[in-house]
Amino acid sequence: MNTCSDTYTPLTRRGMLQHTAAGFGLLAFAGLNAEIARAAGAYQSPLAPKDPHFTPKAKRVIFLFMQGGPSHLDTFDWKPKLAAANGKTTGGNDGKKGGARKVLASPFSFKAQGKSGLKISELFPHLGKHADDLCLLNGMHTSNSAHPQASIALHTGSVNFIRPSMGSWVVYGLGSKNENLPGFVTINPVGNVGGAQNFGSSFLPASYQGTRVDSGAGGIRDIRNKHLTDAEQRKQIDLIQGMNRDLLGSYPDNAELEGVIHSFELAYRMQTSVPNVVDLSKENAKTLERYGKGGFASQCLMARRLAESGVRFIQVSRGGWDQHKNLKSSLTKNCRDIDQPIAALLQDLKDRDMLKDTLVVWGGEFGRSPQAQSANGDGRRHNNRGYSMWMAGGGVKGGMRHGATDELGGTAVQGKMGTHDLHATILHLLGLDHTKLTYNYAGRDFRLTDVYGEVAKEIVA
Amino acid sequence: MTFRSPPFVLTHSLVIAWISGLGLTLSIAEPDAQKVAFFENKVRPLLSEHCYDCHSQKAEKIKGGLLLDTKEGWSAGGDSGDVIDPGNPTGSLLMETVQHSDPDMQMPPKYKLEDAEIEVLEKWIAMGAPDPRIGGGVVKSSKPKIDIEEGRKHWAFQVPRNPELPSVKDSSWGKDSLDRFILAGIEKAGIHPSPDADRYTLIRRATLDLIGLPPTVTEVNAFVKDTASDDEAFAKVVDRLLQSENFGERWGRHWLDIARYADSVGRTRNIPFPYAWRFRNYVIDSLNRDKPYHVFVGEQIAGDLMPAKNPVHRDEMLVATGYLALGSMDLNERDREQFMLDRVDDQVDTLGRSVLGLTTGCARCHDHKFDPVSQKDYYALAGIFSSTETLSGQLNKGGGGAYTRTTLLASLGKSGASPGSAKNDGGPRKPVLDTSAIQVAQKRLRFLNTQSKATDLKPKKKKEIQSQLKRTRTRLAQLQKGMVTPAKKKGGKKKKGSGEVNPEALFAMGAKEGKPADLALRVRGEPDIKGDVVSRGFPAVLCAEGVPEIPEGESGRLDLARWLASPEHPLTSRVMVNRIWDHLFGRGIVPTVDNFGVAGEKPTHPELLDHLTTRFVTDGWSIKKMIRTMMLSRSYRMSSDQITANSEVDESNRLFWRMNLRRMEAEVIRDSLLAAGGTLDTKRPTGSPFEGSKPAQLGKGGPLDQTEKIFQNGVRSIYLPVFRSKISGMFTVFDFAEPSMVNGQRDVTTVAPQALFLMNNNFVVKASTQAAERVQGMNLPDKDARIRYAYAYTLCRKPSEAELSRSKEFLSKGNNWPAFMQALYSTAEFRYIR
Repeated sequence: MNTCSDTYTPLTRRGMLQHTAAGFGLLAFAGLNAEIARAAGAYQSPLAPKDPHFTPKAKRVIFLFMQGGPSHLDTFDWKPKLAAANGKTTGGNDGKKGGARKVLASPFSFKAQGKSGLKISELFPHLGKHADDLCLLNGMHTSNSAHPQASIALHTGSVNFIRPSMGSWVVYGLGSKNENLPGFVTINPVGNVGGAQNFGSSFLPASYQGTRVDSGAGGIRDIRNKHLTDAEQRKQIDLIQGMNRDLLGSYPDNAELEGVIHSFELAYRMQTSVPNVVDLSKENAKTLERYGKGGFASQCLMARRLAESGVRFIQVSRGGWDQHKNLKSSLTKNCRDIDQPIAALLQDLKDRDMLKDTLVVWGGEFGRSPQAQSANGDGRRHNNRGYSMWMAGGGVKGGMRHGATDELGGTAVQGKMGTHDLHATILHLLGLDHTKLTYNYAGRDFRLTDVYGEVAKEIVA
Repeated sequence: MTFRSPPFVLTHSLVIAWISGLGLTLSIAEPDAQKVAFFENKVRPLLSEHCYDCHSQKAEKIKGGLLLDTKEGWSAGGDSGDVIDPGNPTGSLLMETVQHSDPDMQMPPKYKLEDAEIEVLEKWIAMGAPDPRIGGGVVKSSKPKIDIEEGRKHWAFQVPRNPELPSVKDSSWGKDSLDRFILAGIEKAGIHPSPDADRYTLIRRATLDLIGLPPTVTEVNAFVKDTASDDEAFAKVVDRLLQSENFGERWGRHWLDIARYADSVGRTRNIPFPYAWRFRNYVIDSLNRDKPYHVFVGEQIAGDLMPAKNPVHRDEMLVATGYLALGSMDLNERDREQFMLDRVDDQVDTLGRSVLGLTTGCARCHDHKFDPVSQKDYYALAGIFSSTETLSGQLNKGGGGAYTRTTLLASLGKSGASPGSAKNDGGPRKPVLDTSAIQVAQKRLRFLNTQSKATDLKPKKKKEIQSQLKRTRTRLAQLQKGMVTPAKKKGGKKKKGSGEVNPEALFAMGAKEGKPADLALRVRGEPDIKGDVVSRGFPAVLCAEGVPEIPEGESGRLDLARWLASPEHPLTSRVMVNRIWDHLFGRGIVPTVDNFGVAGEKPTHPELLDHLTTRFVTDGWSIKKMIRTMMLSRSYRMSSDQITANSEVDESNRLFWRMNLRRMEAEVIRDSLLAAGGTLDTKRPTGSPFEGSKPAQLGKGGPLDQTEKIFQNGVRSIYLPVFRSKISGMFTVFDFAEPSMVNGQRDVTTVAPQALFLMNNNFVVKASTQAAERVQGMNLPDKDARIRYAYAYTLCRKPSEAELSRSKEFLSKGNNWPAFMQALYSTAEFRYIR
């Protein structure tokens, strides 16, 4: 293999790069891992896998983001006393404005599901079957009750400053497994509550930012060439790479130039790998049927395919959970849209023995009030004091309720988890100590959890 | 004194000790016995169970600076001040926290104590909080207090003095005295400087560095064939480029990076800044006119307060203060105090990093962890900005309603010569439109149109709708021409958010004096927890000679600007000189260009930095002169090629024994591609594409959704609007500076999406096709000549024989010229400055 006379290891490696177009692929197969490459001071992809701080429970995350503030009281936080209090006037749940309002009983019934007997709303007939895998986080709270701030906080941990997103931190900490795909993918992100900030990398290098994949179109920007055949393009890339290798000859120690050579090969392969992953027509009819129809079903299926392909952090988003009115009809529709796809996703992960190391996280930026929006209203107000999320797989206990809100579900009182605690717990499950995952920017070490965050150890299996 | 025990505790313990000594303990302690028993039986177990995990000397990490396991501990209070006021439960913070009455401070944090337990605490405090646990510690401050005198010894806080030139063995190598410093380092390491770059490489390097565009084939040929000496020929090139209008478009962008320039506010309500462009143009023009740097900085901080030569100059300096208003703000922040403090924080932080090279913003919540900058210093500076009214045109507001208000903008003179816009902006300005009224009219028009199409209308109704349609159309047309002043509500009250529109006014972002007042320090940066009021001033560590008194009734900005402009100021000039060096050499003498503090890196060549800094100040703070000096040095002209013998000694080129290979910025890549396709529009566009547009938020079809479309325009990249969170894809993948933060040094990442852009994006394909047409259309004898021309056109050099034959091979079948040109544009060589 070695065509160079020089036996200095990194140079030999570079020698190969200069002389063989397939250099990188071969080296990858030869098992030259990131650690060795780092030690040798050679170029390595910023996404090369890195060791976690300790043995992880989860290897990847699928975050199902429900933008708008889904009502926990009608979905995952069973409050028997809410019905009894229906119509009773109580203090405004945020204590600040609005004052007293009438309590609104949930129009939906809850049923004990699975062996665990977890109470889940009738809105989730399919997901309910996976109750024994769900860890309900009923003690969630966050600092802000406005959509944009709370959404940005959920994604980045900060309301007051622009900070890297959770997915960026994860990929920064762990790298990614598939070198033919980005490490952090966000499918059809919601645009209006922080936008790209929610998957941005801020001061972390741009390679860690989320790559936007559109489930409708071809996936990733610039993934298709409309002018050249594959053979023509390969020829063109060979010409480019020849010149790049010549240039590297003048700068044999330059890691950036190696990176350029690497990036062209990767990009060339991505043109095949990305459309393959996002192409749902490869799935059989039975699978498609299980996921059901609709955009969210496609997104969940795509998330499963990305997870299978080794993407580290996958986010799926669905807006429209801001039920100030039409709680009954609108929530029914939303849940119908997501129930079957999420159940199918969990089933698929189970069938592939992937649920054990895939952390699925479901939730919105906050929840909703026990009180009705208006006197005769069929809606609920924002509520950041207490709400629910859930986790499944990835080393969390199933069939469990962690934390609780007060009697009527307005305020978290037990097993409270704030945004930083949520982040700390997710990182912990991935084998990362949230106090040690730091990045030095402008003279200071920054963390996803700032100076806060406690791991909810109770939920770790 | 490291102990923070208040006198009360000391006195108290002394009293007890004294009393014990007199043998009077029993009689005095007797009434306390019951209370102590109450403490021991009820209070101690409770504190131990619920509080000690975080508030005892045995805690893994003491939280909030508070101890509850000794009397001295709680008597000293925590970060939030006193927690227990003996005898006064309602006035004790402890009670407030255990009652969970403040959502932001609830103790214990994860659950609430039983009511009975809360009562115990209440009773205990009411009885005077008897506590026998005397003699324990209080929390020692986690770090020693800032020592200002010691802090002043840091290298960057010393006044720069021109050092003696070092002696070198090879006295013939240097061209400028700065070379002596570089050569001395290289010689000391026992290696040799790299040979000079050839003229092809040099003119490409210089042209890209100075104007951000590649040289034309004609310019390359003229330089290569110039019979003058290397020194003279190169000086001609540098002088020509420094005179080019394009210079400001290149170097202005460097400044915009550290002024966190953007055309929208970003974050939660990402509303455009329709007048930010004036500041951008001000920066470009100031650099083109070689405005002295200290004047340039001063105008941006206090231009509105400086004496003007004439109305145009006044407006120019007013536009300069836009620097203070460009911050990214959370317009959805409902708390006005928080909003104000966030605004001020952006200003303190931006000024600190961009001009001082100090992370002063770190001291908002606590004393700086590394630098001798105290929280007091922060609030001294912050007071100057809180005494200033920032005119961004926007305000914070919860829920719906307007976030913009033209009364919150600076109004320029009506001379027509709007500053910062040079000659291209002569035409009459578009009137400011009442956008909300336009929207209403449009909606009404749509409604009426639909109605009028209904088939079952009675003739009378139909006629009515027709006349309404006509009226609405007329009104809309008038509104769109700005002919209608916005409607007023009854009682003459202006309509919310739009009533102050004055079609005559020329607006700009800027600042003016507010109500001058000192600011109270905020404990842990919390808006509601006020500490001492801090007199306005500048960081003490930089004020060895004392602080100028801020005159009564002034914010202090003018003094701040004057203080920064002092020739003796240790940072203003040094930081800028280092930035210039960084842009020309690919790494600063201080590698952390935005951080000259203790946590920053030390200069590799401290004497060189001081040498250049003193020259900079002596030369009247001229940026162009400094650039010229550096570029005409031998050090700048070295080849960037690797030399193995040197690499073995100094692999990372800390000694500057060669030029660094540098990746071009996103803008230079884009502009170069446009130039290649012959579609670069070198004219400066007028205004902002979104001036007068509705303050729309992110969303389909809104102005912020247009960035990809605008990217296709042919204007130079610096004129593309910078929308926070909506940076065009190509800019993002090529590491455009995050526009919300000071960013003196861009990242250089190498990722696959860059390759995908070059391989597949239509922008590149189009430029390549146009370039191919150009090369093919040249009157050249044969394919060889065309290939040679293509190399000169794209890479400013001749192809090697091997490259020539590979190119011919590639071009042998079909018309592969567009793909060939695209290949050249996709090479690493094209996007690197050698």
